[in-house]
Amino acid sequence: MASTDTKRPAGDAGARDGGDLAGLEAGLDALESVQQGRKPLRQTFVEKILPPTVAVLLVLAVWQALVSFRIVDDPTKLPAPSDVWDVVRQAWLQGDLLGYIWTSVSRGLLGFCFALLIGTPLGLLVARVKFVRAAIGPILSGLQSLPSVAWVPPAVIWLGLNNSMMYAVILLGAVPSIANGLVSGVDQVSPIFLRAGRTLGATGLKGTWHIVLPAALPGYVAGLKQGWAFSWRSLMAAEIIASFPDLGVGLGQLLENGRNASDMAMVFEAILLILVVGIAIDLLIFSPLERWVLRSRGLLVRS
Amino acid sequence: MATTTTLAKAADGTEPAAYAARIEHVSKSFAGPAGQQLVLDDITLDVAPGEFVTLLGASGCGKSTLLNLVAGLDEPSAGAISTDGRPALMFQEHALFPWLSAGKNIELALKLRGVPKAERRDKAEELLELVRLKGAYGKRVHELSGGMRQRVAMARALAQESQLLLMDEPFAALDAITRDVLHDELTRIWRETKLSVLFVTHNVREAVRLAERVVLLSSRPGRVARQWTVGIPQPRRIEDTAVAELSVEITEELRGEIRRHGQH
Repeated sequence: MASTDTKRPAGDAGARDGGDLAGLEAGLDALESVQQGRKPLRQTFVEKILPPTVAVLLVLAVWQALVSFRIVDDPTKLPAPSDVWDVVRQAWLQGDLLGYIWTSVSRGLLGFCFALLIGTPLGLLVARVKFVRAAIGPILSGLQSLPSVAWVPPAVIWLGLNNSMMYAVILLGAVPSIANGLVSGVDQVSPIFLRAGRTLGATGLKGTWHIVLPAALPGYVAGLKQGWAFSWRSLMAAEIIASFPDLGVGLGQLLENGRNASDMAMVFEAILLILVVGIAIDLLIFSPLERWVLRSRGLLVRS
Repeated sequence: MATTTTLAKAADGTEPAAYAARIEHVSKSFAGPAGQQLVLDDITLDVAPGEFVTLLGASGCGKSTLLNLVAGLDEPSAGAISTDGRPALMFQEHALFPWLSAGKNIELALKLRGVPKAERRDKAEELLELVRLKGAYGKRVHELSGGMRQRVAMARALAQESQLLLMDEPFAALDAITRDVLHDELTRIWRETKLSVLFVTHNVREAVRLAERVVLLSSRPGRVARQWTVGIPQPRRIEDTAVAELSVEITEELRGEIRRHGQH
């Protein structure tokens, strides 16, 4: 039979077990590994920076056109972009601009840090303890859909017109987001990681620390991102409603001052600053954090 | 209760264990839609120290359930399982933690076993070298190919320094060429480390290629249907005539088992 003729000699066996296999394996590894490099700067510029810049310029052009062609010719309704720019420049030259921004940003970030300290253990409790989840899980999700501006009146009555009232409103806005982000992160942990962890001896607190928390990180970071957005919004609501001279002028107060003075350029200035600062914090802190977490796990899909 | 998990080693640790795993009259049933469903029925099986046993069976034979019981991830409904320490377990999915590098995955296993920090790095490098992945220490899981991931998973399992390695269809998701290479690799590592291996598969050729003993399980409920001792000398190849001949015989038996389920 042909098959018996092609049977390899017994002496061949040892050789295959040694260097031959190593070479074969190295070849397979080389063939199957994907080389990944970072995108060149130029490509990043064309794909990521250029499009939003064009969009912003387009909006400015339409705005200027509305004023220049007298489609809207009441400056108390719509000031020209240049007027708004003048107000911003003025504030900068008088040294007030950074003061406005810092007042709000310091409040926002400090409040966010408190929210982080409360939301993280709370989320972990809800995710891991059945009774706690049944008891406050639904309330926590429900709170997320409650506009945090609703907390301003009670906060003013309880705490008075001061910074604590601002922080209270931020906490009530951001804590549910952060806690819920962690809960959904924990819920999405693949059961295979938990099984693998258990066979390695990671049970109980060790399992939470070494397996559950790192596995839940993407959901947690998404929660942080949303938590920041909620902090910022809550703070602006609080600053607009509860403006009080002793509190210092933040961006919310600036907006309210503009409205009281019927100064539309100032109102626009405040709105633009609120928008820009909110986006800047997200771009500088939360987006890089999220991208780093996802990229290190190979979860960032490249287009 | 009938279930006990004991260490096979004597208390003073000097007496070598007579078995790496002992499965005695183990049954397992789960609550199903039609009442209690018997998945495993009175399984008795020993794995000797250094022995390579494959558990073979069609779907529904409960082979993965049995492996989970041996791994201690689940409790048998009746009978007893004892193992020599906590067994290491490898899955069909590599189950490597994507937030850690290949090397750190192995180090986590070492850390959880109580290996001091100073020794972990060297030990991890050593294990990577054993699976021929020198230089992959800092690689992230997603940067590795399927075959490389399973080798890191193997290194992580070996880091547990358990006497018994349980493998749940670890190569089923790999392409044929890679699987073939990993068979050679597993055989080499098994012979170097003198581990006991309990390997679950539904691939008859793979079972014969690797094992010293093939255990065929019947399906619904799982029972030991028949066992074969494989006398073909290692290293073998999946295309060896002797492997093929025994595979034909076992496949016939397996098909017979499967056919019984269509007859009512």
